[in-house]
Amino acid sequence: MMLDVQEATVRYGAITALHGISFQINEGEIVTLLGANGAGKTTTLRMLSGLHAPSSGAIFFEGADITNVKAHDFSAMGISHVPEGRRIFPQMTVEENLEMGAFKRSSAYHDDMSRMYETFPILKDRRKQLGANLSGGEQQMLAIARALMAQPRLLLLDEPSMGLAPMIVETIFRIIADIRKQGTTVFVVEQNAAQALRLADRGYVMENGRIVFSDTAQNLLHDERVRAVYLGESVES
Amino acid sequence: MGAFGHYLSGHFATFRLEFWSLFVGGVANGFLYGMIAVGYTLVYGVLRLINFAHSEIFMSGGFAGYFVMKALIGNSVPSGAATVFLIIVGIVVGGTAGALVATLLERVAYRPLRRRNAPKLAYLISAIGASYFLFNLAGKEFGRYSISMPQPYINHPVFHIFGAAVQLYYVVIFIAGVVMLFALDRVVATTKLGRSIRAVAQDAETASLMGVNIDRTIALTFIVGGALGGAAGFLFGLGTGVVYTMGFVPALKAFTAAVLGGIGNLRGAMIGGLLLGVVESLSVVFVQAAYIDVIAFGILVAVLLFRPTGILGERLGRAA
Ligand SMILES: Nc1ncnc2c1ncn2[C@@H]1O[C@H](COP(=O)(O)OP(=O)(O)OP(=O)(O)O)[C@@H](O)[C@H]1O
Ligand SMILES: [Mg+2]
Repeated sequence: MMLDVQEATVRYGAITALHGISFQINEGEIVTLLGANGAGKTTTLRMLSGLHAPSSGAIFFEGADITNVKAHDFSAMGISHVPEGRRIFPQMTVEENLEMGAFKRSSAYHDDMSRMYETFPILKDRRKQLGANLSGGEQQMLAIARALMAQPRLLLLDEPSMGLAPMIVETIFRIIADIRKQGTTVFVVEQNAAQALRLADRGYVMENGRIVFSDTAQNLLHDERVRAVYLGESVES
Repeated sequence: MGAFGHYLSGHFATFRLEFWSLFVGGVANGFLYGMIAVGYTLVYGVLRLINFAHSEIFMSGGFAGYFVMKALIGNSVPSGAATVFLIIVGIVVGGTAGALVATLLERVAYRPLRRRNAPKLAYLISAIGASYFLFNLAGKEFGRYSISMPQPYINHPVFHIFGAAVQLYYVVIFIAGVVMLFALDRVVATTKLGRSIRAVAQDAETASLMGVNIDRTIALTFIVGGALGGAAGFLFGLGTGVVYTMGFVPALKAFTAAVLGGIGNLRGAMIGGLLLGVVESLSVVFVQAAYIDVIAFGILVAVLLFRPTGILGERLGRAA
């Protein structure tokens, strides 16, 4: 087991956003977390990268207790987070944004930079442009490439398809599948349930800060409850 | 008012001389304003707050420089070579004092507020409180009268520009200003520290996801800004003397310069400083010298009214 979350509770002041949630991620998997607006998906990811320590419960990563590790130590530990809304540094160039991803690496990382430019050719063309001047799709690719620059073993993605044209979503999901093939474990939060379940091995469904059920992605895709709430009628097998 | 017409009617040579000596003095002041202004702009970048106690960082650099000059020079008359050494020592000591006071301020006046997500107004009150505490403490400890600094050999003209003498004092300020501002610009643009300062300024939370330690970056930002402010305090005190209230007017003008250049914009602060120094100095040609502060703060009001983002605009964390 790569990641083990045990009864974690997260509070924002008086509001409890996560009510003692537990879940696991195995090495090499793509796991998705589904849920409606405000269910607590982003909060879960923020907890997994140290932005919000749980008030109770525990988190283990590769056997080590990381419950109280600070956010700035996560990237060196092997967990990278592609945040909701991409959060590209607006006044840095594409290249500088990629360098920020490698901030904690002491060894040379220029080979990785070239690999990112191969995976995302558009970023190479835009190398010297400011983050603020990229399109949404380009920003999402940059956010993913930036996270990969830290050489993570676990990649956290928060709604990578949000606000993007269907064709670009297609590309992004294909790239996520490739990332896993190259050995990085992926935990992806999505509202686009159909596409996420076709990509993932397993899924968890979250409602009001609780994980209400989980299953293989195949089974979830056919589950009555999931179909009714998250897939609507438009999705077949 | 009449002065200008008077010059034009037949005293053009005198006018030219006065113009250039005012220009030289203005550029020197401009470098000092720039060195203080970058402190405001750097801290604004990472914390989104105006460090109104920056004037006391400047003052502490002045006093630290005064004490070390007193100890090293006393009543002797240093030679030209010794002067170079003394000035470097003064800059280093003033800069160190500024960095120390800045660190203290960050720890005592700001970090506790940050820990509990205090509203912006709390920072402002904390800054003003810290400022009053520090300058009153200095007044109590060092007396309430201006003390002139034991001077190395600095009033000697080094060269002339269009007939106007440029004293060693000004040359020192030019060199120190150019070296420090250029170094700062490069540090922020190219080093890892600079990159973390810019990242925190643009998006602190995302910077922490990249592995940037926000607390450490903020502390280092105060140190860098404090060092330049303290060094400027020494250089200012060298010419004008030191007193507990010495920080007030220069720092407010430097703040004006930072706003003029676009608060948060590093090069803007440097350009704003130089521009303000030269403009206020040359304004003496047109109005009485007593109006010099009116001109400077008139610029502040005008910028805030008509172009609150300053000349270069707010380009947070942008280095080059
Ligand atoms: N900073 C905050 N302060 C207070 N409450 C918050 C904060 N951030 C989130 N919440 C609350 O916590 C709950 C979970 O929010 P979260 O952002 O994790 O949901 P989400 O599943 O990611 O939603 P979305 O699909 O809209 O991104 C919501 O009720 C939200 O209002
Ligand atoms: Mg969310």
